[in-house]
Amino acid sequence: MNQISRTFRELSRYPSAVVSLIVIFFMIIAAIWIVIAIPYREAVRLWRGGETVWYQLPKTVPPKWVNWFRREKLPETLILDTRQNPEWKTYEPAGDGRRIVVEFVIPFQADEFPQELSMYFYTSGATKAPFVSLTWKTPDGRLMRVSDFGLQSSRFNYRFAQDQKLAQRLGGEDHNVGLFAEPQSQPPKPLKGDYRLKVEILTFEANTDVDVEFIQYGKVYGWFGTDHMRRDLKVGLLWGLPVALMFGLLASVGTSFAAMLIAAIGSWFGGWVDDLIQRITEINLVLPFLPILIMVGTFYSRSIFVILGVTVLLSIFGGAIKSYRAIFLQVREMPYIEAARAYGAGDGRIILRYMVPRLIPLLIPALVSGIPSYVFLEASLAVIGLSDPVLPTWGKIIQDAEFNGALYKGMYYWVLEPSFLLMVSGLSFAVLGFSLDRIFNPRLRGM
Amino acid sequence: MLTQEQTSLTSTTNGRDVLLSVRNLRVWFELRRFGFGIVGHVRAVDGVSFDLHRGEAIAVVGESGCGKSSLMRTILGLHRPTEGQVIFDGKDIHALGREGLRWYRSQVGYVQQDPFGALPPFMNVERILEEPLLIAGVKDRRERHERIRQVMEEVKLSPVEDFLGKFPHMLSGGQQQRVVIARAMILQPKMIVADEPVSMLDASVRVEILKLLRSLQERHNLAFIYITHDLSTVKYFSERIFVMYAGRLIEKAPIRSLLDQPLHPYTHALLAATSDPDARNARTFKEVPPGEPPSLVRPPTGCRFHPRCSRMIQGLCEVQEPPELEPFPQHLTSCWLYRQD
Amino acid sequence: MESAAPLLRVENLILHFATLRGPVQAVDGVDFDLDYHRAVVILGESGCGKSSLAKAILRLLPRNVARYDGHIYLKGSDVMRLNDEEYRRNVRWVEISMVPQAAMNALNPVLRVGDQVAEPAMVHLGLSRDEALDLARRMFEHVGVPQDFLTRYPFELSGGMRQRVALAMALVTSPSLIILDEPTSALDLLTQANIFNVLKRIKQELGTSFILITHDIATSSELADDVAVMYAGQVVERSDAERFFHEPLHPYSRMLMASVPRLRADQEPEYITGQPPSLISPPTGCRFADRCPLRFAKCQEPPPIFEVDGRKVRCWKYA
Repeated sequence: MNQISRTFRELSRYPSAVVSLIVIFFMIIAAIWIVIAIPYREAVRLWRGGETVWYQLPKTVPPKWVNWFRREKLPETLILDTRQNPEWKTYEPAGDGRRIVVEFVIPFQADEFPQELSMYFYTSGATKAPFVSLTWKTPDGRLMRVSDFGLQSSRFNYRFAQDQKLAQRLGGEDHNVGLFAEPQSQPPKPLKGDYRLKVEILTFEANTDVDVEFIQYGKVYGWFGTDHMRRDLKVGLLWGLPVALMFGLLASVGTSFAAMLIAAIGSWFGGWVDDLIQRITEINLVLPFLPILIMVGTFYSRSIFVILGVTVLLSIFGGAIKSYRAIFLQVREMPYIEAARAYGAGDGRIILRYMVPRLIPLLIPALVSGIPSYVFLEASLAVIGLSDPVLPTWGKIIQDAEFNGALYKGMYYWVLEPSFLLMVSGLSFAVLGFSLDRIFNPRLRGM
Repeated sequence: MLTQEQTSLTSTTNGRDVLLSVRNLRVWFELRRFGFGIVGHVRAVDGVSFDLHRGEAIAVVGESGCGKSSLMRTILGLHRPTEGQVIFDGKDIHALGREGLRWYRSQVGYVQQDPFGALPPFMNVERILEEPLLIAGVKDRRERHERIRQVMEEVKLSPVEDFLGKFPHMLSGGQQQRVVIARAMILQPKMIVADEPVSMLDASVRVEILKLLRSLQERHNLAFIYITHDLSTVKYFSERIFVMYAGRLIEKAPIRSLLDQPLHPYTHALLAATSDPDARNARTFKEVPPGEPPSLVRPPTGCRFHPRCSRMIQGLCEVQEPPELEPFPQHLTSCWLYRQD
Repeated sequence: MESAAPLLRVENLILHFATLRGPVQAVDGVDFDLDYHRAVVILGESGCGKSSLAKAILRLLPRNVARYDGHIYLKGSDVMRLNDEEYRRNVRWVEISMVPQAAMNALNPVLRVGDQVAEPAMVHLGLSRDEALDLARRMFEHVGVPQDFLTRYPFELSGGMRQRVALAMALVTSPSLIILDEPTSALDLLTQANIFNVLKRIKQELGTSFILITHDIATSSELADDVAVMYAGQVVERSDAERFFHEPLHPYSRMLMASVPRLRADQEPEYITGQPPSLISPPTGCRFADRCPLRFAKCQEPPPIFEVDGRKVRCWKYA
């Protein structure tokens, strides 16, 4: 206890360590909160769920805070849904059925056109398809007929972009331009103000009801933006944190402790045990690390736990074992070890209680500064396509971005967001590791 | 005239019986080249015999590399002898089983030279003293605590509470050495082996620790092996003194007899080289035998001191090993100068 | 005037180190002087600042120095006024050299010992390699190392021989003063006696002066003309060896002397209870007062230096 509080007191003398500790603290709290708030199943559903989960989101758009830095504001996504606001619908009887009228008011203040417009119709209690007609009214009072069609299915999707007739009617223009542009502006510029979309639905049965959902896909979305599958990057970026921390921590802790224990056993017993460990290490050191991981990922499993296990196994017999052994060979000759033998301590006790604790001061900084390399390793593996097929990770997001030409298409946010998080987490552990190293190994002070 | 071995085997000197008997002990280390092929042996201990009685304190004096540390480690059961036996309380300690060895370890306490190095830096005093008890199988927590308290008071680490939670680096050299002594005493041993217990301490503390060891030895009737290179501390401490040179005990004598009347030329040299604080020292040169202690791989033939000895007898000393002679009662030496023919 | 000045006069020398817990007053107002062809022993227990005193005199300072002050007059001129480069060029190893603690283990393992001894002569005296080696050969003679050892490597030499080599390194530039920091503490008895024989002979033959820093009172008498006893960063007694070893003045010196086990006398050694004070916040009065059996009210105040028949002592008893 004493030791821990003293360590913290000493750490507080290094501002960089304090900052990194705060960052790490928040990352850990955030990771715990994320895992509780978005449980694993939910995260997988949100990330792997398919169109039904993401249909409301625009495709590959940056986060909404980019508008803070732009003079020409990008439109946000707008969703208007009668299911949430039933009072928007008015009913009047018409023949056997009734006429349902909805007028959506679309406030538009952006300087660029939206990405796309789309509508979903949810019909209930219909055997005959209800008929819909859409009219568009611009802020300056122009009226445009958009389209007329029957609702062939209970969940019917009308996409403005796919309506050839609308395109013809708008003079071959993209529907966004046609509907939102200020007349005669060149290049076309959107007109600001309230647009009205009037939806008239004619049903042929009295108990038929139709709900309408209008989606104006914007060109920004949320705090993190979306990817090519309309997924909110928030889910991936947030869940990437616990995954990265877990991978980094488990790999680093597992590797360091195992390496230290094996080195201690080897240097204590010496003889063939030591020889065996040394030869295994030497062979392992010349084995190519990455290709083995790639082979495992390609032929066996890409589960994060399999990759983690293989990483730990391959890293245990690494350079660390050699340097730990060199120190243990000195520790072994310490008088207190001889004393312990003289009062009868057995081999196991000497290794675990007398040798290993001696190296803890060296181990902790190495362990902390080892975390980033494993976080980065996981990300690098994901970038070359060896990531967990289910879980979202930062590396996986970078891979998606790279695969979809994000940088080439100017979608920097897609690469920069996960990279930034990788860097912050890596850097904070590295900085903390360096500070710990100074505290535990005072010889480094003043360097 | 009877030799020392015969007297001690047949009777009990001063009414005390033999606790430890070292019989013709040889500890040789293999000297390998490039990890294979034995090219020779380091004869660290080469034919050492002596008896130690219950409650008796002896000193082994010698320079570094004379084999005194190897002798000590073999007595502690940390090295296996190449030849000969170490018999403790009638049992050959190198033939003991696991249980027997555990018993032996609890019978012998070990006090080391460097008190800071002798204490694990990551354990506090309580934990350090608890370790031997845990290993010896003292299960009851309260009993362990009681014994720790008792032994700490005995070595004058009091008030006990102030020290229990301290780590070695928070203690002064003298206090560290007290912890080491407490650890050696905690299993209530019958014998203590102390390897230069005060050589790394400051002068003012040295005496305090020596007196502490002496009082513990007397109070508990401990057999005591005091290993040192410093002759000036020996006389406050031990009854007999053994001088070791190149793997052998070359002189064994009661302390008074040795200081008043050293027999072996090497003992002479050691005594001459030991200074007392005296301003006259600065005006005189010391008589020091030339050369350096021999290699233990290929020790000189005959008497191992003969190449440095000013009183060497040509044709004898370099040819034949001197036997152990007893020119005066209880005062033995291996030197041809005292042959009787 | 110049000729009347002693070889070395240290006045109010101060060396404090900055640590996390505050400045450590390792050397706190030390005065002493040393004449030509003499040896002074600085006696003290571990942590009394005696090694820091050596560093302060030779200006071998670590980075965390908080205060370095006072005067060091070498042959009458104050070397504290020199800048580091001048000091390095004119004083260190030219006038004063040093045999550091455990010097025998500080030799460069991959260089021949002859070259290592010649090195200071080449650097400080500007000699060619051959001239310097020649000088090294002569130094080996003085310290009693066989000539053919010049081409050996340190690991081929015994501890005693390496210590002599370190001594030759200090001697090779013929300095007027050599500082010996615990020169024999890791050596065996006979080797120790040998080294002291060598030192005595050098003192006779070359007239070098010595500052011998040690905790070992008995062996210190082998070389001492004068004695300075250090306690908690201060010199508490200055005396000639003759009278000091017969009867020291300061209570601490007396108790220290009484704690030495003697081979040729039968008095029972006594120990000093308690521990030296912390050098971070030493007591304001006499620093030994807490452990002193003779203390009285006056000891609350810091004692000045009193002179008793030419001996100097920092104790109120002699007021």
